[in-house]
Amino acid sequence: MNRIYLDNAATTPVRREVFEAMVPYLTDKFGNPSSIHSYGREARAALDRAREQVATAIGATPEEIIFTAGGSEADNLAIKGTALSMRGRKSHVITSAVEHHAVLHPVEALEKLGFSTTVLPVDSEGMVDPDDVRRAITPETFLISIMYANNEVGTIQPIEEISQIAREAGVLFHTDAVQAVGHIPVDVGSLGVDMLSLSGHKFYGPKGVGALYVRRGVRPTPLLEGGAQERKRRAGTENMAGIVGMGAAIELAVGELEEMLACEEMLRDKLIRGLIQRIPDVKLNGHPTRRLPNNVNISFLYVEGESLLLNLDMQGIAASSGSACTSGSLAPSHVLIAMGIPHEVAHGSVRMTLGRYTQEADIDKVLNVMPGIVDKLREMSPVYVKTECGIKDICAQAHACDVAQPCGE
Amino acid sequence: MYSEKVMDHFSHPRNVGELPNPDGVGQVGNPVCGDIMRVEIKVDDGIISDIRFKTFGCGAAIATSSMATEMVKGKTLVEALEVSNKAVAEALDGLPPQKMHCSNLAASAVHAAIKDYLEKHGDLDLGIDPASIRIEEHGHDEPEE
Ligand SMILES: Cc1ncc(COP(=O)(O)O)c(C=O)c1O
Ligand code: FES
Repeated sequence: MNRIYLDNAATTPVRREVFEAMVPYLTDKFGNPSSIHSYGREARAALDRAREQVATAIGATPEEIIFTAGGSEADNLAIKGTALSMRGRKSHVITSAVEHHAVLHPVEALEKLGFSTTVLPVDSEGMVDPDDVRRAITPETFLISIMYANNEVGTIQPIEEISQIAREAGVLFHTDAVQAVGHIPVDVGSLGVDMLSLSGHKFYGPKGVGALYVRRGVRPTPLLEGGAQERKRRAGTENMAGIVGMGAAIELAVGELEEMLACEEMLRDKLIRGLIQRIPDVKLNGHPTRRLPNNVNISFLYVEGESLLLNLDMQGIAASSGSACTSGSLAPSHVLIAMGIPHEVAHGSVRMTLGRYTQEADIDKVLNVMPGIVDKLREMSPVYVKTECGIKDICAQAHACDVAQPCGE
Repeated sequence: MYSEKVMDHFSHPRNVGELPNPDGVGQVGNPVCGDIMRVEIKVDDGIISDIRFKTFGCGAAIATSSMATEMVKGKTLVEALEVSNKAVAEALDGLPPQKMHCSNLAASAVHAAIKDYLEKHGDLDLGIDPASIRIEEHGHDEPEE
């Protein structure tokens, strides 16, 4: 069966070109970049070049890039590292309720260590209100961490506005841009952020490698100590193949960003519009326009997300869901709940994230199979009450009609 | 993560739907948790002669509903009351651990339907006291946020 991958927010495949760039650093060019001999020097040159590629892609300078073992480590370094550097001086951190767990859990850990924290609410579309940020700042606040774009619903936060508030208050500002980098323009200068996290496997690079941008003059305390790698900011012999791969991937992604963005947006909107037209009682989660170009998150009322995913998977379509049942915990997605979406609606959410290999025919396939799957599950659902349509007798599409909805709509 | 039997019952659920004039109806679960099961039974001479279910829930919830209805159809009420949630899970070759808690309520829905039947037909003496039927509901430890 021809498989369709619509889970690019979870991870992306390594591009061919990227893979080829990586291979020599696993085999022939295996040197340790800290060594002074020729093996070491060729590795060092590759490390420098990758650092430059990452820096250039986000408008930073190479010295401002710290390579890490992924987005989670970058987030931890920004939050715990900054807290350690501020210990005994300031004690308050601000974040939002829709952050990735790689931010929320370190913030919770700080609380256990005696720091105080504010977790800001979001509106029904997942947006943080910059005024809430302003009001939450106290003389004790040393860090604000608000994500650039949400991994579940794709909502893009007003980062420039928040960074200006942070700057005026003399508070450091970190953004988790893991879902944004390589997909929408990211420029640390115009964003005005002090720290920014990114992760290789979200833009067709390898897993287990990421980076934290740290503006010159900002010094989070290292979490990993040992050798002098990364200018003593992150010890450990570098993951050379991973870093080289991420450098190549980010350069390629940013080079074709505009083209990809337009293409993804077109397919995204076709998918959203098509599902809303074909299936009654669906709801788009997230912001209608301030949204990642590849993110579709829709709740299908009266059905449960995991059942939908299993049915899609049987048709070769890979997606994900904010339902509790897929995560193994009882509560559905903390993001959807923070947006005020009722539990039963959150349980019916499905996230489909497109990518550079998504074809229009893939979207057509989803649009073809989804109504049947939803219909089948609703037929089985004790909470779904089918209402007869008022014009059923005279309607040409009566076979496809579930609820009172005028023909041709 | 699911056994072949679970996937079989999930993709081809048995006894889905409703009965025209059910003798007993049982519903367990709630939409907040993401699982609701409703079971309707027809009873003849103390035997479950027909049964239908409707379930809102994950793959495990649908599969256990289907399996439970299959296990009790044609059984006496006493026998059906002996079919536990655990037995349903075992008949499906097991469920992932995190699913045992929430999605494994189908036998409870059957028990609730039997209880409903007995309460409605109090004049019949089948030797079962409906008050003695305990319906296992969700074992929620933590309060909902
Ligand atoms: C917003 C966000 N932050 C952080 C992460 C963690 O990144 P990684 O998987 O590289 O640790 C992810 C992805 O899983 C993410 O989507
Ligand atoms: S039958 Fe209702 S719109 Fe056609």
